Formats: sequence, C-alpha cells, structure tokens
Amino acid sequence: MIHFVLHDPKDTVAVVVVEGVKAGQDLTGWIMDEDRTIQLKSQQDIPIGHKLALKDIKGGETIIKYGHDIGKAIADIKAGAHAHVHNIKTKRW
Amino acid sequence: MITSKTTFQGYRRENGRVGVRNHVLILPVDDLSNAAAEAVANNIKGTLAIPHPYGRLQFGADLDLHFRTLIGAGSNPNVAAVVVICIEESWAKKVVDGIAKTGKPVTGFGIELHGDHDTVMRASKVAKEYVQWASELKRVECPVSDLWVSCKCGESDTTSGCGSNPTVGNAFDKLEPLGATLCFGETTEITGGEQIVADRCANGEVRERFMMMFNRYQEVVERHKTSDLVDSQPTKGNIAGGLTTIEEKALGNIQKIGKKCKVIGVIDKAEVPTRPGLWFMDSSSAAAEMVTLCAASGYAVHLFPTGQGNVIGNPILPVIKLTANPRTARTMSEHIDLDVSGLLQRQKNLDQAGDELLEVMLRTCNGRLTAAEALGHREFVLTRLYESA
Repeated sequence: MIHFVLHDPKDTVAVVVVEGVKAGQDLTGWIMDEDRTIQLKSQQDIPIGHKLALKDIKGGETIIKYGHDIGKAIADIKAGAHAHVHNIKTKRW
Repeated sequence: MITSKTTFQGYRRENGRVGVRNHVLILPVDDLSNAAAEAVANNIKGTLAIPHPYGRLQFGADLDLHFRTLIGAGSNPNVAAVVVICIEESWAKKVVDGIAKTGKPVTGFGIELHGDHDTVMRASKVAKEYVQWASELKRVECPVSDLWVSCKCGESDTTSGCGSNPTVGNAFDKLEPLGATLCFGETTEITGGEQIVADRCANGEVRERFMMMFNRYQEVVERHKTSDLVDSQPTKGNIAGGLTTIEEKALGNIQKIGKKCKVIGVIDKAEVPTRPGLWFMDSSSAAAEMVTLCAASGYAVHLFPTGQGNVIGNPILPVIKLTANPRTARTMSEHIDLDVSGLLQRQKNLDQAGDELLEVMLRTCNGRLTAAEALGHREFVLTRLYESA
C-alpha cells in the first residue's frame, strides 16, 4: 500500500493518496521520479490529497515540491505533520 | 497504442476540418434572443440552443471577443449547420457571414419588426431543413492528424498534479508527433511555473508572446485584487483538496503539456490555430469559460482532469473527465469517464494511463457520449473583458 507520493527526491512535502491516515501511523511513500519507496510516521490525522512534511521545516524556509519552490513555511513544521495553508503560504501576491 | 495508422470516424466538413459531433446549433447573438432560440430548439427535435447572458452594449476588444466566440462556436467542425437569432438583423448577419466562411449552411434572423412568434416560425422552418439534412451526413475514416484536442483541468487537488494531469501530458506527447493540433491555457494558473512554459516555447518569438500574455494577465490581477488572490487562486475547493499555494497548483497544472511537446504558438482568446502542434491560448482558468473558448477556437474534443470532481460539460465540445483521486472516482463516478487512481498505487504506469485515455478519447470521437453529455451538462460561458457601455 502506497500512503503518500512525492515527485522529486528533493521535495520537502508529499501528498497523502489514501483515505483515513491517522496520527502515529507508519506510512510508505513512493518517490515517483526514482520509483523507490521511503518510510515515515505521521504526526497527525491527514486527509487524502493533503500534504505531510518529509523533514523538520523551520518557519521562513522554502517548501519544495516537484523539485520547485511552491512557497514558504509560516510556522515550524515537524516531519510527518500536516503541511497546508495553516503553515505554508505563497511568496507571490 | 496510438500510431500514424490509427483512425477514427468523424464528420469531414466543407472546409476540410473534422468534427466528432453533428450538431445543428440555434445560436442567439444576445441575451434577448435566448427565448426565441430555445423555442426553436424545442420545436425542432435534434437541434441545440446555446443560450448565454451577453451581447448588448459591449464595445471595443470585449465586443470583438464576443463576436469571435460566437462565430468560432458556429464554425466549430462539431457543428453541421447553424441558425442565428439576434434582436437586430444586421448583427445576425455579421455572425452569419463569419460562420459562412466555413461553407456550412447558416441562416440568420432578426427579431425587430417581426416579434418572437414570427421569428420562431421562420427560424423553425430553416432549422427543420438543416436537422434533416444533417441527419444524413455520414461519418468517414479520418487520421489522428485531423484531431484538434484541448485540455484544461478543474477542481484540481494534489492528485491532479500527481496523476490525472500527467496522464493528459502523456497523451499529448503521443498525439503531437502524429500531427494533432493541441491546446492548453489558464494563464493565471501558470503563476509560479511560467518559466517552465517559457522554456518549452519553440523559439524566442513564441516565448516573448507567451510572456506578454502572462504579464498582461498578472497586471489585470494587480489592478483588481483586494488583498491578494488567495480567495480564488487556489480556490476553496482546491484548498479543501489539499492544494496550498498557486505555485503548487501551477506546477501540477502544467503537467498537462507532457514532457516533450514544444509550444509552437500563442493565441489570444478564441483565436484559431494555424497549424498542428501545441498552442497556448491566453484564457481564464474558470472551467466553463476556458472550455467555451476552446470550442470557439475550433477544438473538437477536450481532456479534463479533475481532482475533487468538477462536473462541467460543453454544448459543442465533448468533455472527457479523468481523475486520479480514488474518493472522487467512488463518490462522483457518474461524472468520470476514466479512473486513473491506480497510478497513485503503482498499479499502472503513466504510459498505460495515457494509452487508456487515448482509447477513451478515440471512442468518444467515434460517437460514444461522455458522462457530461449523457448528464446534460452544456455550460456555454462567454468570457467578458470589462463592463458594458
């Protein structure tokens, strides 16, 4: 079972692709560009389609997805925690 | 597997373009003519009215776009013949003259000095002749190079960028070498990925025109924004689906243009591409507006990846929906033409998903109704540039 996917090995966040991920669950992730899997424990319940942090991220740090800058952290985010609009914002607009 | 020998059964029109549907359109030029157009379509079975709310007191570039969109819709090869109805006869004639350049049957009617009853009676007589004539047209075998395929995603979520958008990209990478004419757009939704698109432009001239269109739209946003675009880009639906920033949405969005296709040209809204290959059309990211512009540009079939489940259709253009979100595939199955959620469980690869999409597309081109067509989704939405006079 693949619980989350990421595009690029440099990505710092990944997408949960199954329903019902719970806090403390051991998750398997798939790095699509390299076709290999990694393991991570979730810190929180995370809905399908939402992201989790792949490493500890400090407030102000750039968030990487698709190997590209998608915005910045506006709060510290722990590895395995829910990463979304409450702790990430665009650098534009 | 799609190859240069692959064919589909289409309607070859008077101007050589190939359609995959055979509509007789009852086309109102303005809001006031909707009632008569719908009355004609009700009288004459098998015709299709496409009501809309605009066409009065528009001016300048906005009026030009209005006419270009209506003439383009009537000229689309999925349309066999057109009855045009307008409050003023001279504007009906302007649309008729534009559509007549394709060589297809088209007649216009003005309501002024006649009233709805007389107009509906005269227009119905012509519509009846057209629909009976069109019903005898035969599909013929056509190569894939005759296909014009557009794409736009909607109610995107993170699964769009991981699965359904790259599936469209894979299909585009296979269609482009076969000589198909392709299109993407959604100008604001490229924000954050504009450099990637610029790098894919075939030459400096195309790149410059793309960046001009991109910056022009950014200026519109700057001029009208209140705080920023966070209330609409990403949308509330995008955010519910897990998309956080416009950059993330954009990087997912541009997966639709595949890994190989070059952008060979840039068109303004509802302009018609002049040769095969991948075109960028400056356009809104609102689904019904963008798909309507694709119909007006002459595209015959549309690929629409969705994450959270957009239900859009179009009266002229069959809209094929695919999703990689297993929850959407389950809870909104009646709207989904292709479920590619297996991609995200490593049950299939992108190449297989792309082939599946092309198969569904060819079946649709051969006449199979899409989910949106079967459900009666006919969103015909005109793009406005600014206020009426």
